Amino acid sequence: MRTVIFRTVAPYLTSLMVLFSIFVLLRGHNEPGGGFIGGLIAASAFAIYGIACGVAPVRRAIYFHPMAISAFGLFLSAIAGMISLPLSVPFMTGNWMKLYFFGVELDLSSVLIFDIGVYFVVVGAITSIALALEERDRD
Amino acid sequence: MEPLFALLVGALFAVSIYLFLSKHIIRVLMGVAILGNAVNLLIFTNGRLLREVPPVIPVDEATLQQAAANPLPQALILTAIVISFSFFAFLLVLGYRAFQELETDDTDEMRVAEPVDEEAPPLGY
Amino acid sequence: MAAPDGMTIIALGLPFIAALVAPALVRRLGHNAVWALALFPLFVFVRFLEFLPEIAGGEAVTGGFQWAPSYNVSFSWFLDGLSLTFALLISAIGTLIVFYTGGYLKGHAQLGRFYSFIFLFMGSMLGLVVSDSFLMLFVYWELTSITSFLLIGFDHGREASRRAALQALIVTGLGGLSLMAGLLVTWNITGVTQLSLLVGLGEEVRASPFYLMALILLLGGAFTKSAQFPFHFWLPNAMEAPTPVSAYLHSATMVKAGVYLVMRMNPAFGDTVAWETILPVFGGATLLIGSLLAIRQTDLKLMLAYTTVSSLGLMVMMTGFGSEHAAAAGVLYLVAHSMFKGALFMLAGNIDHESGTRDITRLGGLRKLMPISFLAAMAAALSMGGLPPFFGFLSKEEIYYGLWHMDAWSVLFVLVAIVGNGLMFVIGFAIAIKPFLGKEVETPKHAHEAPFLMWIGPATLATGGFLAAVLSPLFHRFVSSPMVSAVTGRPEEITISLLPHIGMPLLLSLITIVFAVLVYLKLDAARAAIAATLAAIGWGPDRGFDQFISGTVRLSRRVTKFVQPGQLDIYMTATFAAVAITLIAPMVIFDELPALPVWPADAEIHELAVILIAFIGLGAVISAKDRLTAIVSLGIQGFAVALIFMLFGAPDLSFTQFMVETLSVVILALVMTRLRLSPADHRPTGQKIVDATVSIACGAGFMLYLLSVTEVPFRSYLSDFFIAYSKTIAHGANIVNVIIVDFRGTDTLGEIAVVMVTGLAILSLIRVRPGWKPGMLAENDPDAPRQEKK
Repeated sequence: MRTVIFRTVAPYLTSLMVLFSIFVLLRGHNEPGGGFIGGLIAASAFAIYGIACGVAPVRRAIYFHPMAISAFGLFLSAIAGMISLPLSVPFMTGNWMKLYFFGVELDLSSVLIFDIGVYFVVVGAITSIALALEERDRD
Repeated sequence: MEPLFALLVGALFAVSIYLFLSKHIIRVLMGVAILGNAVNLLIFTNGRLLREVPPVIPVDEATLQQAAANPLPQALILTAIVISFSFFAFLLVLGYRAFQELETDDTDEMRVAEPVDEEAPPLGY
Repeated sequence: MAAPDGMTIIALGLPFIAALVAPALVRRLGHNAVWALALFPLFVFVRFLEFLPEIAGGEAVTGGFQWAPSYNVSFSWFLDGLSLTFALLISAIGTLIVFYTGGYLKGHAQLGRFYSFIFLFMGSMLGLVVSDSFLMLFVYWELTSITSFLLIGFDHGREASRRAALQALIVTGLGGLSLMAGLLVTWNITGVTQLSLLVGLGEEVRASPFYLMALILLLGGAFTKSAQFPFHFWLPNAMEAPTPVSAYLHSATMVKAGVYLVMRMNPAFGDTVAWETILPVFGGATLLIGSLLAIRQTDLKLMLAYTTVSSLGLMVMMTGFGSEHAAAAGVLYLVAHSMFKGALFMLAGNIDHESGTRDITRLGGLRKLMPISFLAAMAAALSMGGLPPFFGFLSKEEIYYGLWHMDAWSVLFVLVAIVGNGLMFVIGFAIAIKPFLGKEVETPKHAHEAPFLMWIGPATLATGGFLAAVLSPLFHRFVSSPMVSAVTGRPEEITISLLPHIGMPLLLSLITIVFAVLVYLKLDAARAAIAATLAAIGWGPDRGFDQFISGTVRLSRRVTKFVQPGQLDIYMTATFAAVAITLIAPMVIFDELPALPVWPADAEIHELAVILIAFIGLGAVISAKDRLTAIVSLGIQGFAVALIFMLFGAPDLSFTQFMVETLSVVILALVMTRLRLSPADHRPTGQKIVDATVSIACGAGFMLYLLSVTEVPFRSYLSDFFIAYSKTIAHGANIVNVIIVDFRGTDTLGEIAVVMVTGLAILSLIRVRPGWKPGMLAENDPDAPRQEKK
């Protein structure tokens, strides 16, 4: 698997896939996509990088421990649910806020935060699994 | 279309259960992977089939105007796919570790929890 | 329902608070904590004392609050003569027991724990007797069983203690279940869940076809708790507990819970042939057997325990006898018994504590060494023997007065009562006289008078028995009469005093005493005779209990061996065979098999191709001979499913499925290359046929199920809801994503938590130190022998 071509292409492929995953995540509310799919794409990207170049560069590249990313995602999702708390509406009620940046309308919502949390959980957990198994493969 | 799907779902279930019943963990694990597909397709078909139109509301409409695929089973299945994958990974690693420790992939020989010659429980108080 | 009275709630909760603080207090103050701890039950006692005038006026005090109104369940209590007397006994004797424990277990390492249990019990018992709602009654009833278990097993280092504790728990716990069933049946008959409302519904209860069933179930609870024959055996064994427990739980209070229940049920359930047969017969049998077995014992505590059994039998017999005077006798005897038996138990503990033995044949001449104990013992024994001027005399006169009618049935029970009372008389005086009088005997310890904390209890109770008799008009007005009224369900007046009825009761008393004196003089011979008889029988419920327990253990082992043979494929086969049967059998039995499907005319060629690919993948998985084929064909069927999702309007699913299948194949390949496992099938052909049958049956079941589901018209109101509100409320055009993150967001939160936890689990599984073998202990195993720190 560690052919020269693969190793050369892998970093570009990975960065492209991660970018694409973010794109899929953000458009998820109105087009096919979302946190689960985005997370899986990004996790596959890291898995590919790991297979091509070894696990250590991946760990260096993502800097945080994958499980920490996953835990952060869960935390984010729970917080998104609790935004409704001070507004006296039931847990997980979606809240919306419209922002205007230079004339462009931007929808910010607790739902988006929740979806980002889902993304992080999936990225973290599945990257962690894949990297752990790849590591075993080489020791 | 539904009868064909029913046949496929039945075949998925039959194959996965046939793999479950073999005594080798690796075959059991492949059965787990197929079982996820079987259940997902079962739920999918329960919500009825409709070709090619995803349940996405067009930009200038408030609700769906034309017939589209049923969104509810899709939402249920989407999370189910991810969860069944993470469980598949867990079982895979569990089987892998069990093989490492017990040096067998035959479930008949995995008797740590229920040894063959288990002692009778004590009769005192 | 009256508003909850704060003070009473406090009084009911106070023992539990005491249970919480007792260990800390004892750790700080040692056995001197007794002075602080005694204040808790004392306060409860005073609090309940304040209710006396109101209750004596014929009123009942109620209170509580709604708990689950939809089920007609409330946390409600009520006080009438019966519950108030019990509450007073529990708190008063409880105070004395707290004192006594301070002396008896002085310096014991677990004194705090002991106090905690005692207070827990006190709170449960108080709750039991003031409960109005059935549910509360049951909960407190079980709590007393559990605290009794804890207290009997207090000295859990000894096997005898553990056995006795377990035995008591099993017998009274089973009785508790019976009680619950009885209460449910009663609820079903009457529609009320409150004891106070039950009194007025006696006619309805007695006329119901379920009357006998309810009665037997309730008595199952009462008889086990109050150690009626043939469930009496647990009570003597419970003497393994420290003496304060025997005095408090197993003579004065807890064992009377069954008698309490019988008395409580009397207005509603009494006055029928069944009631007036079952109760006297079982009570009378218990009275006779208990007193005969008591004679045989030489251990002070066991003698007392068996007489407690017979006293409980006497109370049940009197309650069920049917006349007002019999009920009154039961009530008077109950009060008298609590006082004299509590006192005698504590005195037996004193003798044991000071002299080092409880064997009556090895004791003698302690009178000069332990004068206060001797006086208290004499007073208690006089009360127990039914001699004036003590309260026991009143109760015994009333017993004979209530029993004596000129028919064969009454004469029979008079005889039973004479024998029982006579033998209890013997035991009472044997305990009061034998250890104290006569010439001094060498005892294991040099005896001297017990400390103040240990004699104050018995002395108070003995004095109480005297005062209650002397001041009987006052005592009857405030305690006995309201209590009897509660038992019979109509206002009653008790008049008996120390002035004896001239006539039959007095004569019967005299006969009893003469009989008792004769037995006392021949005590050793009588003991030997009973011991010989029992040896000839050779089997009793106590041995039966052992056989029952070991039989249960053996049976459960056999059953476990059968249902858990330890082979995965057997479990799987059983599970999936059950699944197949559940799916197919109902359709066949109710003739709901789906119609034969027709070939879908609208199927397009690329769809058929994809489905065919899925089939090919499945076939290849099964027949794969090597790793690569297996992995690739697994991937093929997965990608085929992903394509199917794509074709049928589910792009989200399709993407997800593609990613997941890719990752699955990758990690499967990673693991399989490591493992060098062969995926090929090694099963013998016969096994293959069985497995194939089961799996094909399962597959066919799911297929049939899906066919019949898709036959019926689809009701889309749920999906319609999401379609209608996805954009208007949740501002999202992709309905699938909106359902996941918004409509069912909480669900998704749980699911991502699961994903994260599996990630953690996998990580920790991989990190487990390799080389572990079965039987080896993990590094952080708490059972591992502790290693010296370097």
